[in-house]
Amino acid sequence: MPETEKLQGVHRFAVATAAVTVLLLMAGALVTSNDAADSVPDWPLAYGRIIPPLVGGIRYEFAHRVFAATVSILTLVLAVWLARSGTRIARKLGWTALALIIAQALLGALRVLRGHPAVTATMHATLAQIFFVTVVSLALLTSAWWQRDLSSLDDRGSPRLRPLAVVTTAAIFVQLILGAGFRHGAFGILPHLVGFVVVTFLIVWTCRAVRKRFGQVRDLRRWGVLLQAFLGTQILLGVAAYWAVVQAMHATQPSMAYVVITVAHVLVGALTLASSVVLTLSCYRLIRPKAVVALRSAMETTRTGGTRAESSRA
Amino acid sequence: MKTKFFYLALAAVLAIAITGCGKKEDTNEQPVANSNAKKVIDTSTVGSVTGSVTLDGKPVPAKPINMSAEPYCQKAHPNPVVPPEVVVDDKGDLANVVVYVKDGLADYNFDTPKEPVVLNQQGCMYDPHIIALMTGQTFEVKNDDQTTHNIHPMPKDNREWNKSQPPGATPIDETFGRAEVAIPVKCNVHPWMKSYIFVFKNPYYAVTSKDGKFTLKDLPPGTYTIEAWHEKYGVSDQTVTIGAKESKPLTFTFKTAAASGD
Repeated sequence: MPETEKLQGVHRFAVATAAVTVLLLMAGALVTSNDAADSVPDWPLAYGRIIPPLVGGIRYEFAHRVFAATVSILTLVLAVWLARSGTRIARKLGWTALALIIAQALLGALRVLRGHPAVTATMHATLAQIFFVTVVSLALLTSAWWQRDLSSLDDRGSPRLRPLAVVTTAAIFVQLILGAGFRHGAFGILPHLVGFVVVTFLIVWTCRAVRKRFGQVRDLRRWGVLLQAFLGTQILLGVAAYWAVVQAMHATQPSMAYVVITVAHVLVGALTLASSVVLTLSCYRLIRPKAVVALRSAMETTRTGGTRAESSRA
Repeated sequence: MKTKFFYLALAAVLAIAITGCGKKEDTNEQPVANSNAKKVIDTSTVGSVTGSVTLDGKPVPAKPINMSAEPYCQKAHPNPVVPPEVVVDDKGDLANVVVYVKDGLADYNFDTPKEPVVLNQQGCMYDPHIIALMTGQTFEVKNDDQTTHNIHPMPKDNREWNKSQPPGATPIDETFGRAEVAIPVKCNVHPWMKSYIFVFKNPYYAVTSKDGKFTLKDLPPGTYTIEAWHEKYGVSDQTVTIGAKESKPLTFTFKTAAASGD
């Protein structure tokens, strides 16, 4: 069976796992926004049972645990499947995803059993993003597009798009940590606001570079457009979330508006990071490294120089 | 080889996270050994501070609590319930204000009261809203509701705990070993359930009732800083000097944002 066909099933499964992970992220965000993180004081059981009384905040915490268990099982299946049929890098990434989801479950337990939301919840939220982008990367790496023979592109702009995309992705990741830290009381809002300025600048720069240098390359352009769309949505949601947080400061309980806006802000943040990761990986897949471009240029110069020497001899 | 190192590193990080990042389980929190205190109060000279707490201005009306997340709680309250944060009558008498000796008390010997201080969960509300007790005194939590609650005090200086209490469960008995003001207490199942616990090393504290009145009795002669704390209006301090067998009046007035021109 050709490699592409062999990977078709596992690719679909990775996409499904990524989709369920989005639901898991949403369930986690709902727990925080509804102030329900400590509604179940025990772990792995809930109120000493497999299914606790499903009332009030317990519903959110229990739903989060159910989604977490589902994603853990899906990740285990994905890792085993990749070990049997995936490429070397996909195999490694599959086991990494499994290690991450186990670590994430243990961090979740730590959050429940030991408290300290500023540290444990921020770490839990950060690891959630790492796990999500790992599964998204797996979905991309197992796709037919990634396996296909693709013509390589030369990037003659400065700075090179490949490192620029990496820096942008790293900045978005740091921004998500700062956001999680603010949400869980580890930091104030200021670092997150500074991060917003930096991330906006980098995303606009990266997407502009994609449009100007590779505007005709659909496989890069579409991810750039998606990244910008998420950025725009996230800015609007960020403003709304700030308003909601200020309103919630003296509220007796979380309002529906607060819950919807803050959960959406968390989700779109994760999707922004994921689209930046996909754009970065696509850049690495399609654009030749700097050294190869330099080598090609050098070879071309030599060839041209040689031709000129031959013609002058003639 | 590199892969092995990666997974080993990941496992090490996990182990450190699990063993190192948790809160201090044992905060060495022991009830204050009151018997070691040096001075004994001369009961023939004690006085008192009696007074009231009022609110200047009209408070912003609170939004009713939305209990729709829990049908039992909603049924328990046919009429809308507002959070008991600002409880004030027409005359401005302010309830749920904690008045206590903040400063000036010598190192006296105080017995820990034997009777527990009870926090009841009734109709998915805490009763009372503000709890004050002494270090080492039993803090008893009861659940009169036919629904599950979790009780989660979040102190800074004492040990944090979070316990579930299903309907019909036996009361939870806990103690606080260190003096600490305004420990927030939450039920995360019902996020509108909020309360505060005050823990003192001495018995000179009072929580104002609906008439806004308080009494700090049996105070030895001396000069004291008396603090009044309200969860919405903050704190207000006053200094008072009490002579032997003297009773001093004291009035605290908090102002709403509108009254203070903010």
